[in-house]
Amino acid sequence: MSKFSDLGNDLYTGARSFDFVGRRKVWFGVASLMLVLAIVLPILRGGYNFGIEFRGGSEFRVAGVSSQSQQIAIDAVHSVVPDTEPLVSNVGTDSIRVQTKQLTDLKSEDVRVALAKAYKVESSSVASSFIGANWGADVTGKALNGLIVFIILAALLMALYFRTLKMSLAAVLALLHDLVITAGVYGALGFEVTPAAVIGFLTILGYSLYDTVVVFDKIRENTFEVEFSEKVTFKQQVNLAINQTLVRSINTSIVAVLPVASILFIGATLLGAGTLRDIALALFIGIIVGTYSTLFIAAPAYSAFREGEAKYRKAEQKVLAKA
Amino acid sequence: MSESAVTKGARKRLTWLGVLIIGLVAIIGLGTATNAGASFAPKLALDLQGGTQIILAPVVQAGTKVTEQQLTQAVAIIRQRVDASGVSEAQINTQGNNNIVVSIPGTPDENTLRLIRSSAKLEFRPVLETSQGVPAASAGTSATPSASPTAASSKATASAKPSASASATPAVAGVDAATQKFFDSLDCSKPFRAAGQVDDPTLPVATCDTNGYSKYVLGPVEVEGTDVADANAGTVTTSTGASTNTWAVNLKFTANGTTKFANTTGHLFPLKDPQNRFAITLDGYVITAPTLQAVITGGTAQITGNFDKNTSKALADQLKYGSLPIGFEVQSQENISATLGTEQLQSGLLAGAIGLLLVIIYSFFQYRGLAIVTVGSLVVAAIITYLMIALLSWRQGYHLSLSGVAGLIVAIGITADSFIVYFERVRDELRDGRSLGASVESGWKRAIRTILVSDGVSLLAAIVLYALTVGNVRGFAFTLGLTTLIDLAVVILFTHPMLELLAKTKFFSSGHPWSGFDSKALGATSYVGRGAFRVSGAVPAGKAAKASKEANKRQTLAERKAAENAASVSKSEKSN
Repeated sequence: MSKFSDLGNDLYTGARSFDFVGRRKVWFGVASLMLVLAIVLPILRGGYNFGIEFRGGSEFRVAGVSSQSQQIAIDAVHSVVPDTEPLVSNVGTDSIRVQTKQLTDLKSEDVRVALAKAYKVESSSVASSFIGANWGADVTGKALNGLIVFIILAALLMALYFRTLKMSLAAVLALLHDLVITAGVYGALGFEVTPAAVIGFLTILGYSLYDTVVVFDKIRENTFEVEFSEKVTFKQQVNLAINQTLVRSINTSIVAVLPVASILFIGATLLGAGTLRDIALALFIGIIVGTYSTLFIAAPAYSAFREGEAKYRKAEQKVLAKA
Repeated sequence: MSESAVTKGARKRLTWLGVLIIGLVAIIGLGTATNAGASFAPKLALDLQGGTQIILAPVVQAGTKVTEQQLTQAVAIIRQRVDASGVSEAQINTQGNNNIVVSIPGTPDENTLRLIRSSAKLEFRPVLETSQGVPAASAGTSATPSASPTAASSKATASAKPSASASATPAVAGVDAATQKFFDSLDCSKPFRAAGQVDDPTLPVATCDTNGYSKYVLGPVEVEGTDVADANAGTVTTSTGASTNTWAVNLKFTANGTTKFANTTGHLFPLKDPQNRFAITLDGYVITAPTLQAVITGGTAQITGNFDKNTSKALADQLKYGSLPIGFEVQSQENISATLGTEQLQSGLLAGAIGLLLVIIYSFFQYRGLAIVTVGSLVVAAIITYLMIALLSWRQGYHLSLSGVAGLIVAIGITADSFIVYFERVRDELRDGRSLGASVESGWKRAIRTILVSDGVSLLAAIVLYALTVGNVRGFAFTLGLTTLIDLAVVILFTHPMLELLAKTKFFSSGHPWSGFDSKALGATSYVGRGAFRVSGAVPAGKAAKASKEANKRQTLAERKAAENAASVSKSEKSN
C-alpha cells in the first residue's frame, strides 16, 4: 500500500516517470501488430461465430433437469429431425439450451415433447423460441448507426471543450483501436457474437472515450501556455500528465473491471451462456484495452499531432538550446 | 471562504439530497397508498420474470414502407386482440420504426399466439339477421336506447327490431340450421370466437359487434378490406356546400371495389330492414352495420350515425388501416421460463453484490478512511437509482431487463471513478502542501470540470444509443444515462459536502495514517497544526502551480522557473 502511494507521489512530482510519449514508436508498433492480428486471426479462424439471433433458428430451453448431459438433447432432437446438428449448451445449474436450424411449428412442438421426455421433465418446463435470421442484424445495424453518430458527436463535443480537433482525432483513433481489438478477440477466440455482446461492445465506446477525456483534461491543464516555457517541452508536459493521472487510471480501471469480472465469473460459473455473460465478456476486454489505449495510444498520438506545430517546435528548440 | 460558510454550504447540499430522496419515497409511497399503480418493486422485463416475447416485422409490398401511423394502428389492433383474449399486463410497443414487440408474461396459449400473428382482416358482409347482443329478460320489448349507442346507421338500430330478438326467429333465406342455432344461443357478453379464428368468406357467419351490444348473422363476404382505397372522417356537407355539425366517415373504393360495392348495394337496397344493411367486420367482429340509403355506384360512400369527431376518426382509421395489405411475420418468438428469469435476476444481483463488495474492499485498501465516503456515495447512488427505476416503471412503464441490470452493475465502476478523480485531485493538492480544507476546495474545482466533461461523453453515448437503437440496447442505454445523471447528483450533493465536513474532523484534518489523507504518505511534510501548513523546503513551491491552468495564468516568472525545475526532474529520470 505504502509503496503504491509512494509511486503516486513520485509520479506526481515527476521523481519517477514512465516514458509514454517518447517511446511511442514502440507502442504504435505494438498497436499496429495487434490490429493486424485482430483482423487476420478471425479470418484465419473462419470468420465470426454469430449467435442464433444472427443465424436464425429454433431454440429450446429445458429447465429443471437432473442431468445436464448434452448427448440426451442431441439424441432427442435427432429422433425428430435427423438431418440437423443441434448446438447444446448448459445454462445455469439445471438448464439446457438447445439450438437447431429453423423448424416448422409442428416439428418444434415435437422436439419440445421429445426433449421433455428425454430429460424426464414436464413438457411445460421446455420453452421453445424461434428467432428470425434478420433480427440480430436489425439490432446490430441500428447499433452501428448509433456508433457512427456517437463518434461524430463526441468528437465535436471534445473539440469544443478542448478547443482542438487534434484531441478528438487522437481519442477517436484510440477508440477505433479498442473496438477493432475487442472485435478481434471475439473473432480470434470464437466467442459467440450475440446482441448482448453488441451491447457490451457499444459500452466500450462510452468507457474508452470517458477514460481518454479524464487524461486529456489533465494534459490540457499541463500544456496550457507551455509554448512560453523555456524549461519544459510540450512532449514532456503531456508525458507528465499521463504519469500524474496514472494512479487514477489504474484505480479506475480496477474499480470498473471488478464488477464486470464478478458478472463474468457468476455468468461463466452459475449462468452459463446468456445476456449477462456476453455483455460482461465484451466489457472486460474493452475496459482493459480502453485503459491501455488511453495511455499508450491516445495521449502519445495527441502529442505526435501537436508537437510539430510551429509554436511548440520553436519553444522546444529554446528548451533544448538551454539544456 | 470562511470555515462556517463551507460547512453551511455542505449542510445545505446534503439537505437537498435528503429532500430529493424523501421526495422520491413520498411520491412512490403516495402512488402505492392511493392504488395509483405505483410500487416500490420495479417492474421486471420478460427476461427476468419469464414470459413470451414476439417480435413482428411488417410484410409490405416491395418498394413501399410502413408509416408510423400504420404501425401505431397495428399496435392498437393487436392490443385490442390481446386484451380481448384475457391476457393481462401484455406490453405492445413499436420497436424502431419498423417492428412491433409483444411481450406477454407467463406462457400464452396457442390461440393467443395465433391471434397476435394473424393480420387484421376487414370484410364487408350483408346483414341477414340481427338482435340484441345479450339475451336480455326484456327481449321482445321496445328498444332501449342505450343498447346500441354506437350503431352507425342513421336509421334503424339493432335493438329497435323487437321481432328479430324473439327467440323463435323464422328461418331466413341463406342461413343454415347450424348457424341459426349458434346465433340463437349466442351471448355477446361471453367469449364465443376462438382467438385468431378465420371464417370461410363464402359461408354465412354469426357474430357480435365489437362492444357486444348486438349480434348478427352475416352473409358471405361481398367486398374485402383491400377494396377500400381510403377512408377519412369529416363533417357532412349539404347539397349547397354548407358544412353541418354532423360527423361522418367517408369511404372511397378502388376500381375493383367500386364494382363490387355497387353490386352489393344494388341487391341489398330494395330489401327490408335488417337485410338492407351491410356489416363491416374487423377480425370477425362487426365494427359498424349501416343501413343503405341508396344504391352506391360512384365508388364513394358516406357512413353517418351518432358520430362525434373522435368516434368517426376511430372508425375511419379502422377502415383505412384495417384494409391495408400489411401483414406481419414473426421475426422472433422467445419463451423465457419464469424460473430461468428468476435465476438470472438472482445471479445478476449476486454479481452486483460481489462487484460492490470488491469495489469497497479495493477503495478501503486505496483510500483508507475515505472509503467511508466512497461506500456512502455508492449506497446513496444505489438508493436513488432504485427509487428512480421504481418511479419510472410506474410513470413511464419502464421494465427492468437483464441488460438494464448489466448497465447498473457497470455503472458501479463509472460512478466510483468520479470519486477517484476527485480524491486523487485532493491528494495532488495535499502534495502541493495545502491544508486539507483548502485541498478539498481547490481539488473539487478542478475535479468537477473533469467529471462534468467525462460524464458528458458518457451521457452523450447513452442518449445517442437510446435514440438510435432498438430493443435490449435501448434498455442498456437507458440505465447508463440514468446512472450517469445520478452519479453527477451524488458527487455534487453527497461526496463533495461529505468530504468538506469530514475535512473538519480531527481524524482527517490531522492527516491520520488511516484517513487516506496522510500528508506524510503523500510526500508533504512539516505539518504544524490545523489550518497552518508550512511548506517544507524540500517541496518546490512552484509545484503547486504547475498542475493548475488557473494558477498558471497568474504565475510569476520566478514561479514558472521553479515549475520548470520540477518538471526537468521528470525528464532526467524518464527512462525509468
